[in-house]
Amino acid sequence: MRQLKVIRSLVIDSLDTITKGSKKYHLWMGFLTLVMLIGMYCYSIQLDEGLSVTGMTDRVSWGLYISNFTFLVGVAAAAVMLVMPTYVLKDIDFKQAVLIGEGLAVAALIMCLAFVVADMGGPSVLWHMIPGIGVFNFPNSMLTWDVIVLNGYLFINISIPFYILYRHYQNKEAKKNIYVPGAVLSVFWAVGIHLVTAFLYQGLQARPFWNNALLGPRFLASAFAAGPALIILVLAIIRSFTAFKIPDKTIGKIAMIVTVAAQINLIMLVSELFKEFYAPTHHSESAYYLFFGLHGKNALLPWIWTAIPLNVLATVMLTFGKLRKNPRILYFCCFILFVAIWIEKGFGLIVPGFIPGPYGKIAEYLPTGIEVGVTLGIWALGAFVFTILAKTAIGIELGELRFKLKKMES
Amino acid sequence: MSESKKWFSLDLDLNKKSESSGTCGCGNTQESCGSSHKQEELSAEEFYEAAINASIGDERKKDGFEQVFDVQMDRRDAFKKLTASLLIGAGAVSSCTSVVQGADSKEKAQIDWEEQFKGNYKLMTDDEKKQTVDRLMRSYELRTGKNINMSSKNAEEDVLFGYAFNISKCQGYMNCVTACVEENNQDRKSQMQYIRIHEMKDGKGFNFNEADDNYYHEVPAEGHFYMGTQCFHCDNPPCVDVCPVQATWKEEDGLVVIDYDWCVGCRYCMAACPYDGRRFNWSKPEVPENEINKNQHYLGNRIRKKGVMEKCTFCVQRSRKGKNPACVEACPTGARIFGNLLDPDSTIRWVLENKKVFRLKEDLGTEPKFWYFMD
Ligand code: SF4
Ligand code: SF4
Repeated sequence: MRQLKVIRSLVIDSLDTITKGSKKYHLWMGFLTLVMLIGMYCYSIQLDEGLSVTGMTDRVSWGLYISNFTFLVGVAAAAVMLVMPTYVLKDIDFKQAVLIGEGLAVAALIMCLAFVVADMGGPSVLWHMIPGIGVFNFPNSMLTWDVIVLNGYLFINISIPFYILYRHYQNKEAKKNIYVPGAVLSVFWAVGIHLVTAFLYQGLQARPFWNNALLGPRFLASAFAAGPALIILVLAIIRSFTAFKIPDKTIGKIAMIVTVAAQINLIMLVSELFKEFYAPTHHSESAYYLFFGLHGKNALLPWIWTAIPLNVLATVMLTFGKLRKNPRILYFCCFILFVAIWIEKGFGLIVPGFIPGPYGKIAEYLPTGIEVGVTLGIWALGAFVFTILAKTAIGIELGELRFKLKKMES
Repeated sequence: MSESKKWFSLDLDLNKKSESSGTCGCGNTQESCGSSHKQEELSAEEFYEAAINASIGDERKKDGFEQVFDVQMDRRDAFKKLTASLLIGAGAVSSCTSVVQGADSKEKAQIDWEEQFKGNYKLMTDDEKKQTVDRLMRSYELRTGKNINMSSKNAEEDVLFGYAFNISKCQGYMNCVTACVEENNQDRKSQMQYIRIHEMKDGKGFNFNEADDNYYHEVPAEGHFYMGTQCFHCDNPPCVDVCPVQATWKEEDGLVVIDYDWCVGCRYCMAACPYDGRRFNWSKPEVPENEINKNQHYLGNRIRKKGVMEKCTFCVQRSRKGKNPACVEACPTGARIFGNLLDPDSTIRWVLENKKVFRLKEDLGTEPKFWYFMD
């Protein structure tokens, strides 16, 4: 009974916090709502007319949605880079950042699922995928593995922070022996979600551009660069807008993670480029298309040639400790790194897989306005969810939200 | 080597079998499906389904089902049904016609519900297969007033279909493409075509990169030769493994088929196919009513809906009745050969045994049942 009461009061309290805030906060939420509504409108057109309103065709059958999905799985997996040291290695530094990181993971996962649903031709029959009611082609289809790991990860990342916040809300310490096993599990799980998502593509012998043993590891490296980079940016914003204390040391340590991951990522990129261009085979055509264009078709060139310099620049700058310690430069590096990896692991990975087609046909892909609208809507949804989660979490951590206090007042 | 053993193991009198069971069981179903005695057994379910329908009513308006059946099951209808069931109670639905509209729309709605919540065709018993086919035929009749003939005929025993393509003979006329589009009720708006004919330059070998699969000029063009591709019905099909819901699978007679009603439209199979064999319905397929081929098979040329995958089925509606696929029949040069690989007297076996045959991308291990050869 007491538990229910606490939960009720927690929900009421958090509703209270998320609906109150500064003018800037209301503007931000209003803006996100507007973008979400536009996205929903675009999606309703897509539902009505079919996926023909997107730029996808039989030749390039996955596009912006799946690109974003792939990238966001990486962002979600990155939360683990903060979980590990905090919960397991007892590095107190990260404790503050972890709640934010896990909130980010939850938001990213919700976006992932939204992107997958947006990409489906028949969203109304998605129940066919629910084990028990439908037919779940496990373990043959990597997509079913992905469904399992993503939902499992979502569950873990909701339950751990919830438990901790719930205890803090009641002015109690969270019990280590309850959440540490969960945290350890989530560490393995995070690697799992990213590897499984890579296997989704890696396992297709039809697409030589993906069918490459380095794909999985490279996914991990780029994820552990892009994800924490985003966390740094978010922490920077939270630091300047709330009373939430995040020590410089924490950000410094996350920056270290970003740097190492970005370096490894760059090494793998070099290895990939060497393989494709030193002794080019028939199978290197996709890479040729991506980097140089094929037969005058070069829609991806501006993208990839934005991504590569940004990636290299950010990695090099981060490598120098002096530059990394300067917050302005650090934030700038994180931002360009994030953008670079978004291009590289999204667009730059999915689209060339289909070009040239199985018989060498080169049909290019460009997203349509509706596709972009839906995509922006889903990103806004992610930001919305994250803002709500973060605001509640910060409220509890700062002691503004407390169960006992409320009781005394009344 | 085990594959070749499978295709060459001898077994006689196959043709006879396919003839004897060549008539499909639809004759009687057409009459029986009109009767409404089935409605009574559905009382409890009906209530449940009404509830579901009421809650997802809006969603349904936008999905592909309604286009196929064109049953105007809007929210109002659903609520009416829901209240009807509530009023009368789960036991006595048979008398609820007084509350809902006509018997026809009631039947339509019921068919629609049963179709929405039916299972995967692959896992259905023969009875269930027949029921869904009956429902689909009845639904078509209710909607258009016309009859179609839909079969749920299973694979015959000791049949494994295979295909051979004579590169020397093909002149690029594309009669096969037209025949295929007409036979299989493919979307006319997006000009969907299962078959692609690649025009290649003499002296360059099989250079698909420089081939043109979308030509509009007189054929045969000087200095060119032609090669057709379609779904190869791989014996080890990568497209089947990847499907998250088993909406696509390999039948006993080697045909790789899709349950259009079970497919969720994720297009993973499309990415997995190395032969460009699959086509997706990006929007609602359109076939003029007078051009619809009414001889249909559940797994074959029945009308598809928006957002599902489809592909060549070796004309399952024809081949399982012992006929050649439409492309084979339409080809004026005799470049296309189709038959039972397990029948030692079939032409396809003769070709495989006497010609120097090859397949595309054999290194991928997909084992296509589609061979090329030259005279
Ligand atoms: S050709 Fe493609 S679609 Fe056809 S069975 Fe082989 S992999 Fe599947
Ligand atoms: S598109 Fe349909 S048939 Fe293809 S993998 Fe997805 S659900 Fe299966």
